[in-house]
Amino acid sequence: MRVLVTGISSFWGGRLAQALEQDPAVEVIVGVSPEDPTCELERTEYVRVGTQHALLRRIVQAAQIDTVVDSRLIVDSTTANPRVAHEANVIGTMNILAACSGPDSPVRKFVFKSTAHYYGCEQDDPAFFTERMQRPHPARTQLERDIVEAEKAVGSFAERNERVTVTTLRFVNGLGPDLRTAHTALLSLPVVPSILGFDPRYQFIHEDDIVAVLEHAVREDLPGVYNAAGDGVLVLSEVASLLGKPLAPLLPPWGTGLALSALWPLGLKVPPEMINQLRFGRGIDNRKLKAAGVPIRHTTRETVQAFAEQQRVAAIRRGEGEPYRYEREVEEFLRYSPSVRRSSDAPAKLQN
Amino acid sequence: MKQLPAPSGDLRDYLPAIEPERQVTDWGRSERVEGLLDRTVYEFLYHYWFRCEVEGIEHVPADGGALIVSNHSGALPPDATMILKAVKEEHSRPRPVHLTVEHFFKGYPLFSMLVPKIGGVPAHPANVQRLLHDEQQLVLVFPEGRKGTEKLYKDRYKLRRFGRGGFVEAAMRARAPIVPVAVVGAEESMPVFAQLTALQRLTGLLYVPVTPTFPHLGLLGFVGYLPAKFKIRFLEPIPTDRWGDEPWHDRGLVQSVADEIRARIQEELYDMLAKRRSVWFG
Repeated sequence: MRVLVTGISSFWGGRLAQALEQDPAVEVIVGVSPEDPTCELERTEYVRVGTQHALLRRIVQAAQIDTVVDSRLIVDSTTANPRVAHEANVIGTMNILAACSGPDSPVRKFVFKSTAHYYGCEQDDPAFFTERMQRPHPARTQLERDIVEAEKAVGSFAERNERVTVTTLRFVNGLGPDLRTAHTALLSLPVVPSILGFDPRYQFIHEDDIVAVLEHAVREDLPGVYNAAGDGVLVLSEVASLLGKPLAPLLPPWGTGLALSALWPLGLKVPPEMINQLRFGRGIDNRKLKAAGVPIRHTTRETVQAFAEQQRVAAIRRGEGEPYRYEREVEEFLRYSPSVRRSSDAPAKLQN
Repeated sequence: MKQLPAPSGDLRDYLPAIEPERQVTDWGRSERVEGLLDRTVYEFLYHYWFRCEVEGIEHVPADGGALIVSNHSGALPPDATMILKAVKEEHSRPRPVHLTVEHFFKGYPLFSMLVPKIGGVPAHPANVQRLLHDEQQLVLVFPEGRKGTEKLYKDRYKLRRFGRGGFVEAAMRARAPIVPVAVVGAEESMPVFAQLTALQRLTGLLYVPVTPTFPHLGLLGFVGYLPAKFKIRFLEPIPTDRWGDEPWHDRGLVQSVADEIRARIQEELYDMLAKRRSVWFG
């Protein structure tokens, strides 16, 4: 298996590459991203590419990549400005798909990490979205529009390239000790802010499960679209009590967006796609994925509990261990220098 | 109702396991909130205020999914909670009843928080399908919807149009029986004399009615029910699995079943009203 992972700098891309490195059946792992990797990689080769991934085809052809994992989709608009997000999500997806298509393409599998934001959050939503359902109204925010467009491109790629196994995974909000999202930021506050008079339904997936699901999709064939979420849907008040924090209905039910834009400079960064989630909530049906034999080890409740446990020690463990920094020269030395004894030659690992 | 894709395979085995530590279900129903209301408000209304009299409770199946269909009335309809309480009090195997509510409630502050906690589920066909077929639960629908609750006192006990038969389609898809219910008393417990359309537009609520106690007694008046005698009659279940495979594609059949159920409830209401001597004492 020769794997290419886009968005290697993202949490998911990096963790997936780390997991695949352990598998001798995976001959080659190439990671591409506009930014440096954020976690330590042993044999994954990193190639810096532009946001648009325009030259990807040459890498795919040269390395004879058979499996492409696209984990780069921007699903949280606090992490990038709208123009960059649009560029990455729409143009980037288009170019990556173009790099994988063509009669002479070596690619046989394409795994696309998408998000439950595809469904949006509306008043007249079903309580559990299944993969066949569409959002009842057109997307409200730029990010959601881009995600819908990206998925559409993946869908038509799947139709046109029948030889390629295309897996689309719609993840709910992830939670875990190493993940940093708008939601982890919100739940790390001393109180859990909510909209007055609303107690939305929330579903989470543990960060380890995100990686496990992606890894499963790489190893096994999962053609089609799958929802990925932990079992169980909590209400926000339940989440707050699991975290041991009070629920603070500080946001007004009318003019919520306006109030949030006033709070933005104060550090409470709630992206537009999250406002409706705080109001209406969302649940998705993960049974198709479970029926396909994909293990999801943590329920939503266990995920929140694990997050709560990590939060309690976070203040005490602060400053412990330097965060990983990518240094090209060091990485190249470790990979290619004849002086380095590699794990295949020697029993003890000399890295780290 | 919108068209749903046919369910793919049987995914019932993959429903999430129940976590006993939790007090709230995946639908947002809270044991604690519901239990508190049940022990206080419902208990009082059911036994002492409305003095509910229940007939034919054996028509509610002891297991499997079933769709309970009832007439609907009262500005803040007490019929829903009284049917819930009747199944809980009288049935040999009490089960929770999920009541379908307008999407409006999910979007209005406070209602959005409270309605799911006491068993309200938005009336989306996919929700009814999941409850009836996958989770094998009891679901209560009011096909008249808000057309029933906003009707005036002079139109009491005259059933409105039963939607477009969406509830029949939902039951057919789940192959769950339909249990019609006739409720007498709710119309008199909170008669609506007029609708204030201007105030309704201003508040964004479903409707703002004039009742004996509202609006002149304020919000307090909104929950003030008159002590009418309640009679709840469960009728014989109608099986929905006898019309072959995918009968819901036959719109004519769906519509005629819906009309038939409406006629049966209407018939039963006339019968109960004819036998009723007093609004207050039954």
